[in-house]
Amino acid sequence: MNKTPLYDLHVKHEAKFGPFAGYDMPLFYKTGIIGEHQHTRQSAGLFDISHMMLVSISGSDAVKAVSLLCPLNAGEIEPGNARYTFFLNNEAGIIDDLIVSRLGEERFLLVCNAGCATKDWEHINTRTNKYQVEISKLPLGLIALQGPDSQQVLEDAGLPVSSLNFMQITQLGGPRDGWLVSRAGYTGEDGFEIAVPEDGIAAFAEQLLADERVLPIGLGARDSLRLEAGLSLYGQDLSADITPMEAGLTWAIQKNLRSGGSYIGATAVEKKIAAKRKRKRVGLKPEGRAPVRAGAPIVDKSGNRVGTITSGGFGPSVEHPVALGLINVDADTDGLMAEVRSRQIPLQIASLPFTPHKYKR
Amino acid sequence: MSSTYYTEDHEWITIEGDVATIGITDHAQEQLGDLVFVELPEVGNNVAKGDDAVVVESVKAASDVYSPVTGEVVEVNQAVSDDPTLVNSAAQSDGWFFKIRLSDKSELDGLLDEAGYQSTL
Repeated sequence: MNKTPLYDLHVKHEAKFGPFAGYDMPLFYKTGIIGEHQHTRQSAGLFDISHMMLVSISGSDAVKAVSLLCPLNAGEIEPGNARYTFFLNNEAGIIDDLIVSRLGEERFLLVCNAGCATKDWEHINTRTNKYQVEISKLPLGLIALQGPDSQQVLEDAGLPVSSLNFMQITQLGGPRDGWLVSRAGYTGEDGFEIAVPEDGIAAFAEQLLADERVLPIGLGARDSLRLEAGLSLYGQDLSADITPMEAGLTWAIQKNLRSGGSYIGATAVEKKIAAKRKRKRVGLKPEGRAPVRAGAPIVDKSGNRVGTITSGGFGPSVEHPVALGLINVDADTDGLMAEVRSRQIPLQIASLPFTPHKYKR
Repeated sequence: MSSTYYTEDHEWITIEGDVATIGITDHAQEQLGDLVFVELPEVGNNVAKGDDAVVVESVKAASDVYSPVTGEVVEVNQAVSDDPTLVNSAAQSDGWFFKIRLSDKSELDGLLDEAGYQSTL
């Protein structure tokens, strides 16, 4: 089992651990998932996301390489800006979803999911081998500080972050040379992701945790926060069999690339947009208190199978169960039910996100 | 006079006469984390030893609780249904799940005492 550079810190803070994508990760701490969730929405939560893969693509063909790998015109991203995007296969299925940041004219940072690291690394390298690029994994740990107090906490810790807007990134200098700070995250709250050299990240995390506004947050609350924020999780809501159009992520494909693009998967994207999708991602509110979990079948009022729950759990902020599902576009959404342990739980279509996003734009 | 037994699956069973009260241990609730939903069996149901009798849902996952003994469910704890966090705050007292009328008291022989249970942790 792999360990992140913050493993000892998690032990010290009495985390309950569980395996995630080959890493021994903190699931929750003394506060518990509900308390950690609420603290993040009310103040500031510190997340270890060092298991994610940070890839640098640089060189004279870096723009071309990124524009091939992802459905975007990398040359149109201003240095210092970031985009949510994906790697697609030739059928427009999602290989992974990721954040691409342009650090310089010829330098990009890709932050990929830990569970996809091996296949992503192979995909990135094999598909760009004709280009003049240097591809490397960055030896940086990654933490996220999320919640309304995040900006002030970082400013008080000496990081100049207040001028950043959502999806912007900056490189620090001086004693913090090599650090990267972006205003991004996966909780729906305002917040930041900070990449720090592995040998310095524990000391920085402890410095942040010494601030009384900050609590350590485990993967349990990370999941409930992103689910309430209506954000998809790769491996559940997204997979190689699901297209961005089905997943409700067409917005992340630049308009002028929805037809006639030359990135990997472009032909299939164009074809599948023209043919209309057969399934769609929906937000669902299960009736009552029982959470509905990923994998539960969704049936219509006549009992016909019309879809599947892709993520489900309890939303501590909205105080009811929340779920995402993939359903047939022509399904009658009046009277949908999830089958849970031989019982049927009524589902209502809910608009996403369940809790409003609070990004600083 | 009552006596308490444990299982390797982290349940406790307190016996009074021929009625057993069943819940999960403090260790189990700590591992599960904050509970948000508890599904109890119905009074009058017969459950066999090893049947899944209760479902507890934390924010993250659902877990089954197996009945450690055979018998008829005679009472369930509505309080944990109404407030599942009672299991987190008082797993081995007010956070009990259900009471069962034992049909075979010899099943208790296979259960652990407190020291035996502690040694499995």
